Amino acid sequence: MQDILLIKYGELALKGDNRSFFENRLMKNIKNALNEINDVKIEKTHGRIYVECSDNTDYVIEKLKRVFGIVGITLAKKVDLNIEDIYEASINIMKQYKDKSFKVETRRPNKTFPYESMEISRKVGAEILSNVDNLHVDVHNPDVLLNIEIREMAYLYTDVIDGIGGMPVGTNGKATVLLSGGIDSPVAAWMMMKRGAEVNAVYFHSHPYTSERAKNKVIELCRVLSQYGQKIDLNIVNFTEFQLAIYDKCPPKMTTIIMRRMMMRIAENIARKTSSMALVTGESLGQVASQTIESIYCTNAAASMPVFRPLIGMDKSEIMGLAKKIGTYEISIRPYEDCCTIFVPKHPVIKPVLEEIEEIERNFNYQNYIDNISIDVQSIK
Amino acid sequence: MEVYLDNSATTRVRSEAIEEMVRVMDINYGNPSSIHLKGYEAEKILNEARHNVAELINCEDSEIVFTSGGTESNNLALRGIAEIMKKRGNHIISSKIEHPSVLNVLKQLEEEGFVVTYLDVDEAGKIDLKELKEAISSKTILISIMSVNNEIGTIEPVESIAVLTAQYELAVFHVDGVQAAGKIEINVKNDNIHLLSLSGHKIHGPKGIGALYIKKKVRIKPIILGGGQERNLRSGTENLPGIAGFGIACKLSKEEFKGNAERLRILKKRLYDGISAEIRDIHLNGPEINDGAPQILNVSFPGVKSEVLLHALEEKGIYVSPGSACSNRKNGVSHVLKSIGLKRELAESAIRFSFGYFNTEEEIDYTVSVLKEKVSFLRKYMRR
Repeated sequence: MQDILLIKYGELALKGDNRSFFENRLMKNIKNALNEINDVKIEKTHGRIYVECSDNTDYVIEKLKRVFGIVGITLAKKVDLNIEDIYEASINIMKQYKDKSFKVETRRPNKTFPYESMEISRKVGAEILSNVDNLHVDVHNPDVLLNIEIREMAYLYTDVIDGIGGMPVGTNGKATVLLSGGIDSPVAAWMMMKRGAEVNAVYFHSHPYTSERAKNKVIELCRVLSQYGQKIDLNIVNFTEFQLAIYDKCPPKMTTIIMRRMMMRIAENIARKTSSMALVTGESLGQVASQTIESIYCTNAAASMPVFRPLIGMDKSEIMGLAKKIGTYEISIRPYEDCCTIFVPKHPVIKPVLEEIEEIERNFNYQNYIDNISIDVQSIK
Repeated sequence: MEVYLDNSATTRVRSEAIEEMVRVMDINYGNPSSIHLKGYEAEKILNEARHNVAELINCEDSEIVFTSGGTESNNLALRGIAEIMKKRGNHIISSKIEHPSVLNVLKQLEEEGFVVTYLDVDEAGKIDLKELKEAISSKTILISIMSVNNEIGTIEPVESIAVLTAQYELAVFHVDGVQAAGKIEINVKNDNIHLLSLSGHKIHGPKGIGALYIKKKVRIKPIILGGGQERNLRSGTENLPGIAGFGIACKLSKEEFKGNAERLRILKKRLYDGISAEIRDIHLNGPEINDGAPQILNVSFPGVKSEVLLHALEEKGIYVSPGSACSNRKNGVSHVLKSIGLKRELAESAIRFSFGYFNTEEEIDYTVSVLKEKVSFLRKYMRR
């Protein structure tokens, strides 16, 4: 008898012909997540992935809880396919419960096993009742549900730990996320990863007006995100000179919106160079002046790639709740100025008009700045 | 050029103190409580340092208790008195502009049933003695007022407060003297102060060491229990290297007091005059230039966010604080600048310059020229 982790993945099983592609990617991501842990064996059979580990099971479970695509994790006993061994393991598992009601449920994908599932449940239930004190059966509302799965071996378990869900990172293309260091953008990145996208990131650094601590904050955010299944390439754009030029050449109330359009253009260039096919922002409708529909319309017009805004319909409190769950919140709230807050016009335009903005931009040779901007890339995991 | 103008956050350690600390770690590494000769030698160093600290504020050696710094001294003073006196009274008086290591202890004491009156301050940061007179009563067990404010340099009327509190039998007077030591005259004998907090690293000594002066016959309950060191008031093996360095820093502070305070005031005035002459539309926060402590100058540059100017100066090797080093990690405006009624735009553009032993006039002139360039440059871009 041996401890083993059964990994359930839901949505993937529906993917028909592409199923093995998703499964293989999930296998690869699990291997990556566990690669620094010794003595781990990962195997795949029909609809299930099994992880065998010698000790530190809790640590392995913690790692698996951050792998997208996993719906549930169960700590199971693996025993030989014969009814006596199944009895013994069942009794052992149930001995840890006192004064509880229970039910046995059996699934039997392996039809070569001589007993049918109902029969197995009944027999095992009877064995438990006669060997373990203070337990009784309740088939409708049991305190403890003992699951038995008959495959090439038999697997027995009681609790299912919730996985994080979603799709395996790397199964849905690549997107480039604009990370500011605030609360929203890391959550947006995480939500894209959750749906299987691989992401890389862009951060606009205005040295010396934004500090090294602000940059380090974004690096740390990437480190947290990278624990969800991929290394993250962070493109640090040296933005100061260009930013000052924008402020020099554009009317004050338009500077914020024009700056955001320039950021989209730079991010799109980076995306193209890195085989990414979409941009991601942390915008949420109406949160600030630059996030009205009119403003988003104008910013969006500067990009030709799809721009995803996974937080668009979320309230600030919902986003904060997610940020706490992901582990980015405490880093995001460190109070350092970022490039969007250092030079804020007194009255940013709330309903910008695209034609006016384009007119202003025509008088400003911005392409030269975009083409020559310097970018440092850091790979973070 | 590196110009360190953040001496109210912490200071560079004097080489005399460093040498003494290294010597103590290397040679006099004994435990002062040990009975053998090595312990006795260590104890002698402890006593000598204690004497140097006592000399700085004119008290008896036996009235000094070493702590881990200003924060612990303030905690020990406030909680120590509150615990001892809680059966006899529950009223405490302090001000709105105290250091967080005072305010946060008071907040906790309030949760435990103590009643705290927080005195207002005027636009220079000074408390009103009349308001204090009205607040104080026979139920008042503790008055805690800082001598020099760490953000704007206001000097509070400690002598007058001492005279007033002396008329009330229960009232113990605690002074947070962390920013005052070595900069303005402190004489606990004349001033009738019962408790006074000191810190090593604000006077060119090491970090992690401080002291609390506890006047003879004032009873106080310890907050750290253990082997009974420091007359049972602060257990734990003494931080002897720190104490030795602190002792040297106090000794130098005492010897050089007059000249040093004068020099700091000249530097402060030079910087302020330079800024006033070269940069338009600036605002001096807190006391008038000749009234405040000699080492602290708080000025707003409306139109330029504190943090942005700070980093612009940093790029030129000049180190300053926005408002205060202790409040810049939290969101919002400093509680001190709020209490003196500073408008939001001024508070958000406040910079604290604080001077120390190592600063020179040349550094000040350099700072003025960089400020002139950076402020006018940044004003072009901000808050238009």
